[in-house]
This record gives sequence, structure tokens and C-alpha cells, in this order.
Amino acid sequence: MSFDNAYEAINDGAGEDAHWAFGTGFDDPLAGVDRALPAGVPVAELTAYCLMLGDDALVLSQRLAEWCSRAPELEEDVALANIALDLLGQARLLLSRAGEVEGAGRDEDTLAYLRDEHEFRNVRLVEIDCGPGPGGDFASTIARLLVFSSWRLAVFSRLVESADPVLSAVAAKGVKELAYHRDHAAQWTLRLAGGTEYSRERMVAGLARVWPLVGELFDPHPVELALPGVAVDPSLLRPEVDQVLDTVFGAAGLHRPEIAPLSPVAGRTGRDGAHTEALGYLLAEMQYLARSLPGASW
Amino acid sequence: MTARAVAEGVLDPELPVLTLAELGVLREVIESDDRVVVTITPTYSGCPAIEEMRRDLRTALTEAGYRDVEVRTVLAPAWTTDWISESGRRKLLEHGIAPPARVGPRPAGPVPLNLVPPPARVPCPRCGSAETTELSRFSATACKALRRCESCREPFEHVKEL
Repeated sequence: MSFDNAYEAINDGAGEDAHWAFGTGFDDPLAGVDRALPAGVPVAELTAYCLMLGDDALVLSQRLAEWCSRAPELEEDVALANIALDLLGQARLLLSRAGEVEGAGRDEDTLAYLRDEHEFRNVRLVEIDCGPGPGGDFASTIARLLVFSSWRLAVFSRLVESADPVLSAVAAKGVKELAYHRDHAAQWTLRLAGGTEYSRERMVAGLARVWPLVGELFDPHPVELALPGVAVDPSLLRPEVDQVLDTVFGAAGLHRPEIAPLSPVAGRTGRDGAHTEALGYLLAEMQYLARSLPGASW
Repeated sequence: MTARAVAEGVLDPELPVLTLAELGVLREVIESDDRVVVTITPTYSGCPAIEEMRRDLRTALTEAGYRDVEVRTVLAPAWTTDWISESGRRKLLEHGIAPPARVGPRPAGPVPLNLVPPPARVPCPRCGSAETTELSRFSATACKALRRCESCREPFEHVKEL
């Protein structure tokens, strides 16, 4: 197949289904998936839970993608971009499910591009700026990926049994992806901690940087507690995740940081839409084009 | 040609030596009168090739004379590399891509942590040497790792086990 110009190539096959230029509108990731809602599940809470897990993945995906072409080596550009892509895929499925359960006509693109900061329900850990720009560094990116993927893998391992068929299916796919992400972060932690004195200092500092935001992962939220059999209560995961992290720290000769958790803001955390200032800047970049040309299609 | 035969002949957009059937993502083809419903499953959650697959299936079936074609996606049971058929594995090898080992069902309980890359026995697809090293767990597509043969020194791709 040959085309006179790139635009024609991109447009090929779109036919009558014009695409939203900045969205994913070409494809419904849940097309054909069994979407039945389990009986007796509260709709508002299930919507919120899908947003919580979806926003975690979307925001960290955006953060990891920032490293593409800026990582310490070419293989790492590719690795972080691949991990970001897996998380973006998980986010698409979860945001689509959130929109569908909510039943207010919002699709994955509307949820990703047209919500404001206070409507995002991700944990604050995923939004802080760990580089590659000023103030960030690769070691804190690795520290965050290690903690987050260990936690999410523990969540997804249990979510496989969820009464919601979509959450269960998303989790079953995600488990294997997350195991690769966790291994990758664990292996880098060993490499940095066991490298030079300087790389070790950076790894220690990276862990200290993210540690105040770790506790929030395990605080059970009313949304999770309102969905027994559907959601996972994260407070039950702490021993398993600690064991994984302690294994990595032990092999790396590191100590688990003892740093107090970052306080909630008036009792609210990322799960309630109370974020650090980093999220606003991230969303500004991610959403700018889609918002400046609303509904643009090709 | 039956709709199933047409669908089974469509090639994977990212590994175009394999058909979608050999890759194991083609789950079902149901034909009734003029209507065909094809069911596929994604490899990785974020695999961008799935839209290409849907389009290629629609195009192939439309060109074969089927006017009403629907392509559906299923997520469960999740695809694993064990779904790649024997002929698919052979074709990968013939094209210089090391096929994945069979992994079997995931054991119950927590997923074990790997602090060092597991000692995968991935023979070189060119010279057959067992002396190969993983260069990177992640490669040009989500499903492949990058390795190097220590005997013939050639780099090669490996469809990593999922």
C-alpha cells in the first residue's frame, strides 16, 4: 500500500469513523468484553475504584514516558517506555470501565483529558516529579517504580478474584506485566546500590525521596471498603509488600527508610483528589493539546 | 474460502512472519449468512497493534466478500506466550527470533521476585549455541527481549515468556 503523504496514510481506513485527533477514539478497548455489572455493587464506588486504579497507571505512565530519550542508556529508554505502555494499556481499560459503570457518557478520553486535578484519584506517589527534568533523578524513578509495582502486583494478584468480570480480566493480564516491571526496578536497585559510592548515595536518596508517600498506598479508602469481593483492601497487603521490599533491600545492603508519611490535607489524600502541586503541571502538559482544540478530528 | 480460513491467514502486524492464528490471539470466528464475528485478544494490555489487527481482519474479510464483519475483543482468559502454536514457534525461529519457552499455568500464591535475570536457556536462533546473554528485558516491541549470542556474537530478539 502506498500513500502520497503521511496524513493520507494515517487517515487510511478511518472512513466514516473520524478520530479525535488527540484521543484514542479509534478503538474501544472493551469492545466485546463481558460488561455485566455484578448484582448489588454500588455504582458510584465501583466507578471511583476503577478511576483510582486507572489514574495510578495513567499518571505513572506519563511520568515514565518523560524519560524516553533521557534515560542513562538506550536500553533504558526502551524499557521505561515499554513499562509506560503497559501501564497506559491498563489505564485505558480501567478508565473505559469507569466511564461505562458510571453511565454518564464519559469515555476513556473524556476521563483522561477533560478532568481537572481534583477529579483525579491517583495516589500522590505516582505524580511527584522524579525527573528527568530539574530536581528529579533516575534513582528516585527506580525507587518509585519498585514500590509502586510491588504494591500494584499484590493488588492485582488478588483482584483476579474480583466479582467484577472486567476488573478480574484486567488484573489477570496485568499481573504478568507488573512482575516484569518489579523485577526491572529491583535489578536496578541492586545495580545502583552495589555500584559506586556515588550511585549508592543516589539510590539511598531516591528511596528517601519517595518514602513519605508509601504509606498512602496501604491506607484503606472508604471506596475500597464499600466494595467487598470486588475491590482489594490495601491494608491487608502491607506484610507481603514489605517482605518483597525487604528482600530487595537485604540483597542491596540498604535499610528500609524510617521517614514519616506525608500528611493528608485536611484529612484528604490523592485518592480524594487532594494532590501535590506536581499533578497540575503534569496534567497541563498531558491535556493541553486536547483542550486547546476540543473535538478536533482527523 | 471460509471466513475462518480468511481470518486465520491474516498476519500479525508486528511479527509479520506469523499469522494471528499462530500467535494465538485469534479466539473465535463465527459465520452466519453474510455476517462474520471474529474474536481476538490483546497480547499486552497496551499493545498498540490490536487496532491494526482489527483493521486487517476487517479488510481481509471484506475483500473476501463478507459484507457484515464485526471484530470483538476478549480479555479473558488472558493471552500468554503459551498460546503461540508450534508452527508459530518454528516460523519465529526460522526468521531469527527466539521463540518463548512454555511456562504453564501461573502457580498460586505471590509471584516470586527475580533479583537477577533468570538463567533462561534461549539458544541462538542463528547458530544454535546455548551461550546467550540477555542485553535488555525490553526491546522494540512489548513482547520481545534483546539477547546476544556469545558464540557467533550476533544480537537477536527473543519473544519473552509472558
